[in-house]
Amino acid sequence: MRNEIHPAPMLETIELTFSYPGEQRQVLKGVTLTVERGSFVAVLGHNGSGKSTLAKQFNAVLLPSTGKVLADGMDTTEESLLFDIRQRVGLCFQNPDNQIVATIVEEDVAFAPENLNIPQAETAERVEYALKAVGMWDFREHSAHQLSGGQKQRVAIAGIIAMRPRCIVLDEPTAMLDPQGRQEVLATIRHLNREEGITVVMITHYMKEAAMADRIVVMDDGLVVLDGTPREVFQQAGYLEEIGLEAPQATSLIARLRKTCPALRADVLDEQEAAEAIAAVLREVKG
Amino acid sequence: MRDITMGQYFPGNTVIHKMDARTKLLAVLCYIIELFFVKTLAGFALMAVALFAAIAVSTIPFKMVARSVKPILILLAFTAILNLFYTDGDPLFRIWKLTATWQGLELGVFMMVRIALLIMGSSLLTYTTSPILLTDAMERLMSPLKALKVPVGELAMMMTVAMRFIPVLVEETDKIMSAQKARGADFESGGVLKRAKALVPILVPLFVSSFHRAEELAVAMECRCYHTDRPRSRLKSTVMGARDYVMLALMALLFAAILFGTNRILWTFIPTV
Repeated sequence: MRNEIHPAPMLETIELTFSYPGEQRQVLKGVTLTVERGSFVAVLGHNGSGKSTLAKQFNAVLLPSTGKVLADGMDTTEESLLFDIRQRVGLCFQNPDNQIVATIVEEDVAFAPENLNIPQAETAERVEYALKAVGMWDFREHSAHQLSGGQKQRVAIAGIIAMRPRCIVLDEPTAMLDPQGRQEVLATIRHLNREEGITVVMITHYMKEAAMADRIVVMDDGLVVLDGTPREVFQQAGYLEEIGLEAPQATSLIARLRKTCPALRADVLDEQEAAEAIAAVLREVKG
Repeated sequence: MRDITMGQYFPGNTVIHKMDARTKLLAVLCYIIELFFVKTLAGFALMAVALFAAIAVSTIPFKMVARSVKPILILLAFTAILNLFYTDGDPLFRIWKLTATWQGLELGVFMMVRIALLIMGSSLLTYTTSPILLTDAMERLMSPLKALKVPVGELAMMMTVAMRFIPVLVEETDKIMSAQKARGADFESGGVLKRAKALVPILVPLFVSSFHRAEELAVAMECRCYHTDRPRSRLKSTVMGARDYVMLALMALLFAAILFGTNRILWTFIPTV
């Protein structure tokens, strides 16, 4: 039994398998994964790797075929805990338009607290907290459809934050956004993790986005195939390409250069580090 | 498609905006009923003045309110023409076998004004009331029906979602139309039948995507703990205040004036008939 000093991990899956009803094919083939409290985990995989299905397992939108999912220590198959689970583990989707229920921003953010029958004064407080946390407080009285994609997605995130979840799972939150909207949303997610202490699980197929997490879990064909820090994962550039993922340009450039120049540092994340690594080798050659 | 102003809301801070949505809903309902009692020029003038005063107070540009009539202009013209020719009375002029009458002219103009005022009055309601408060008001006014097992809460949620998705679907329709036009579809020429047929390639993708959206929205709502079997709280709940009673009193007064006016006309007419 876990106790106060060793609280349960935020999310835990044990030998999780899943296939959609009426289908033979297993989408998840035995995923065992632990997400620690306060961490920022990116789940990376190409289309059909099972990463979105995994996201829906975390807050009991889908239930395991076999195995177990524990959300904040609660078994997701326990029906009486459904609302507790959904409240602690929020799930945000790709298309903000299909998540916003009410026309006006603040009314939409209030949707979840209203469902939880939270008294009016506290609902108002939570709406303020949530909108400020995503930087959309000034837009509280705007119509949702007049906002940009990035702003809409931040409102959708605020709608989840208003439940005061301990963990937020985002399923490709930037896939439908333009570059600026993507930056806004990513900055918001980082803020929620660093400043508000919310555990973040971000599903994505963009390597660059995954690089901002503390830890990357790579999925392929319903299994976890790599798990480590961004540096550790990106060093496997060759393997990532094999399973249909592309390492960030800087990382794959270094990987190719290393074939002829093994002296190069392998664990680079971005252009800056790549430049430094190459400069270091050049200095050595000269000196 | 841009003409569809239904369900739009323009936030503001006027007495009309702050009024309880229930009051506004009842007032508009009352106004619509009154419109069908009015049968004289003076009566219509009074009704128009009442509406214009409300529009002025709400600070919504008159043009915006007038624009709500645009989509039904054809209907208005049709009604007026039908009334003009199909009312018995003193002949005004003849076209072919049809005789226009003075009485028809009067009836036609009145009907046009009536419908125009009706649409403008109800759009003033949606322009000045946030959709949530409006559906909330409906839910509260209909709450006695809960005893009869009418799913009042679910109906109100349906209204909320419907209003939220009007602009989304309008935008989507525009997008699909552009996509079809880019591939050579023609929506502007041909007879009614041909044009109606041209709409099929728009409606099919629109329906498909709507079902897709509905499914995603349902999951997103579940993720935010939506349920129908327990009470829900409210971010904004309004209490009826002085301004609401004043408004209701004004509407009652208007009703009385209209009824009195109509009856007085009746009294003066009946002996001579």
